[in-house]
Amino acid sequence: MSEHQNPDEAPPARVGLLWLTGVLLLIPMLALIPVGWYSRQDPKLGPFPFFIWYQLLWVPLTAGFCWAAYLVVQKARPYRAIQRAEPSASTEGDA
Amino acid sequence: MNALIPQVANPSRPNSGVHSVALTVLIVLFLLVTVIGFLASRWRKADSLDSLDEWGLGGRSFGTWVTWFLLGGDLYTAYTFVAVPAAMYALGAVSGFFAVPYTIVAYPIIFFFMSRLWSVSHRHGYVTGADFVRGRYGSRGLSLAIAITGILATLPYIALQLVGIQAVLEVAGVGGGSNWFVKDIPLIIAFAVLAAYTYTSGLRAPAIIAFVKDGLIYLVIIVAIIYLPSKVGGWGHIFDAVNAKSAAAPAGKPFPATVPKPAQWTYITLAFGSALALFMYPHSITAVLASKSRKTIRRNAAILPAYSLALALLALLGWVAIAAGTKPLGFGNKPNAQLVVPQLFLDQFPGWFAGVAFAAIAIGALVPAAIMSIAASNTFTRNIYKEWLKPDATPQEEAKISKLVSLVVKVFAVGFVLALDKQNAINFQLLGGIWILQTFPAIVVGLYTKWLHRWALLIGWAVAMIYGTWKAFGISSATTSHFAGSSAIIPGINQLGYIGATALALNFIVAVVLTFVFRAMKTPYGHDETAKIDYFADSEDPRAAVYNRDPLGQDNF
Repeated sequence: MSEHQNPDEAPPARVGLLWLTGVLLLIPMLALIPVGWYSRQDPKLGPFPFFIWYQLLWVPLTAGFCWAAYLVVQKARPYRAIQRAEPSASTEGDA
Repeated sequence: MNALIPQVANPSRPNSGVHSVALTVLIVLFLLVTVIGFLASRWRKADSLDSLDEWGLGGRSFGTWVTWFLLGGDLYTAYTFVAVPAAMYALGAVSGFFAVPYTIVAYPIIFFFMSRLWSVSHRHGYVTGADFVRGRYGSRGLSLAIAITGILATLPYIALQLVGIQAVLEVAGVGGGSNWFVKDIPLIIAFAVLAAYTYTSGLRAPAIIAFVKDGLIYLVIIVAIIYLPSKVGGWGHIFDAVNAKSAAAPAGKPFPATVPKPAQWTYITLAFGSALALFMYPHSITAVLASKSRKTIRRNAAILPAYSLALALLALLGWVAIAAGTKPLGFGNKPNAQLVVPQLFLDQFPGWFAGVAFAAIAIGALVPAAIMSIAASNTFTRNIYKEWLKPDATPQEEAKISKLVSLVVKVFAVGFVLALDKQNAINFQLLGGIWILQTFPAIVVGLYTKWLHRWALLIGWAVAMIYGTWKAFGISSATTSHFAGSSAIIPGINQLGYIGATALALNFIVAVVLTFVFRAMKTPYGHDETAKIDYFADSEDPRAAVYNRDPLGQDNF
């Protein structure tokens, strides 16, 4: 496994955007932690108790947050092929 | 029941003989799936299926949608469809509805971790989680611990799929004889068929059947959720019935409609603990590694929540059944909450549609059972057979062993369910969840850093396994004296919580403290064959070894 040029370096990334990805993914998890707060009947959405519709609401929201995180992480660390160290292969790299 | 559907809810009838229309539809759909399962070996055909990459990972070729069906088919099992509504029906919100936050938080978690696991496995040809652990920490012992945990946790899970099929068959009126042979023969046939096409087609079979399964399940759920509530008097009436049941519940057997204060820690630790455990199961890792690119996994994190919605609606069917007055009675008129959803369908729908719903549940058992048995046998082959018994096994031999072990695993699961009480399968599955969670530090932390020492991880795992097993052993219920549940008092905060989560915290503490000790003693770390760049590889990058036959050997460097 010695064929990469800088095997112990991660590909370059925009750190700010990586943090943003992390925040986007943490939001749904944090939203579901305060059980004591959302475990109640009111306000109702039609006949649905708050406890039920709040959690159901987070299903599409989580999908949205994960999709946003996917788009941001593509920007944060754009794909770069692994560069090979062998002279024969070095022309393939985009360095 | 005829085609003219009555406008008022039928009172539930006790189990009365064989329901031939429903049963015929079930059998026809089952046969259709069997044919598809055998044809699957021709799909995206490789030169031969004689390697674990092809048989056990479908050639690592599945795109976003196939992976979506495969993962969904893998994680949402027949048992989910039977047990979650049953818990809602019999025990209330805490035991049933935690599955909703559980399956919501699972996806941000897979976004974080699983793309890295995919990349490093792609570069090094890993097939199992234990393969990764061996490569990362250079430790055969830790890898063996991970492999054994995976196999032990998977076996009762496969057995549980049979419990799902049994529930459907029981409501359809099949298998009630006193003769054990007549009683169990439908189940044995179902599993023999499953074993045959898994053997021939490998992971391609469940990947294709998952399409049929999900098509049926979505159809059934959409119809049920649109039609049933209006039939039993509307959602308002349903929640009123639930609240009335909650108010009338005796103190010793509460039926919470939301999460009462003493259960809040249980609810949240169950949700998060189960979500962390979900992707440590060998079958989830198999489905993830079978996808063709890193992006596939992340896209799936965004589209998999569609299943959570289906799960939540199914859970609510347990409450619909309360309003509908469903009486889930099994053979001998024994009340059995597990039968509530099949019974609800049989009561409220024409026979043919109940048959479609039964088929959805039964096929929903076959897909995960196939993936689980493939994953368990891959783990056995790679991390026990090849690692410890026959190091010079060729890829062809590995595929052969894996195919054979997948048969053994299924025979074992059938024996488990037939010989032991059903309740045992459920209890062991709960215990399996606690166990598999203890592989989290080695696998997931290992994806980010090799700071934790291999022996510290191994001891942390052992301590947590003992603690979790001991705690679960001490839980009794009216029907079983041990392993009857998965919550106990969390030491320190004195609240009830998920044993798996407490054990995981203990696992981390031991691993971190002992890592400092081993570092101070200068105990050598194992050889790490991975490089940082490997954790970012995508499908366009060359795979170092399609199949890493010798991760620790010098010939790879």
